[in-house]
Amino acid sequence: MVLAIDIISWICLITGGFLCIVGGIGVLRFPEFYSRTHAASITDTMGAGLILTGLMCQALAPIAHHGLEVLQSEGTNPLLLFVKIGLIGVFILLSSPTSGHALVKAAYAMGLSAEPPKEGGQDGTS
Amino acid sequence: MIFTLATAAAPAAIGRPTLLFAITVVAILITMSLALARSVLGPTVFDRILALNMFGTKTVLLIAVGGFLFNRPDFMDLALVYTLVNFAGTIAVLRFSRYGNLARDDARAQHEGAD
Repeated sequence: MVLAIDIISWICLITGGFLCIVGGIGVLRFPEFYSRTHAASITDTMGAGLILTGLMCQALAPIAHHGLEVLQSEGTNPLLLFVKIGLIGVFILLSSPTSGHALVKAAYAMGLSAEPPKEGGQDGTS
Repeated sequence: MIFTLATAAAPAAIGRPTLLFAITVVAILITMSLALARSVLGPTVFDRILALNMFGTKTVLLIAVGGFLFNRPDFMDLALVYTLVNFAGTIAVLRFSRYGNLARDDARAQHEGAD
């Protein structure tokens, strides 16, 4: 049981970390603002979601190892930890699309062009 | 016992995958440095705000994974608060960059911005 939880959280955390790095590279390398929001949204949905899922599995590992008696013992309640990590995920999933929408809407209202900059820009794109 | 660093907590002496948490922390730190590079380079103010928002989300994840890495589960409260502060901060910076201040009426500001 603990082994299964560890395998699931290995898969989730490694994949989440990989997607975070991919999104970070995308934010750095994409040519203009609107495509950069796409890269940033990858890190906010799949990256954060998978990492928090892996942490939720790890939070339940003491129950899987010791049984339900661990809930009565001293120290942090694993179920409370589980719920807290879930709340972090819910808040990220609520706030990240909202702020992204506000950001893109403000950029569009200011008339930011979707054309990638010509060579000689600050991006290193040519 | 809460304040001991990276040692086993009271009931749970089971081996935790510390290497996994360390790898994840390194991945998150790489992502944070990439976002920071974009926020320094970014040509427009929106690129900087986007990178700042992403940096804040990654900070939440870093605190959460770090709580498991150092075996201090009470870090989750900090991560929870930081999520909300990050959202409010992004909206505040966005509004500030749009209107120049934080307390003006929307309709009036748009009317004045139109001419």
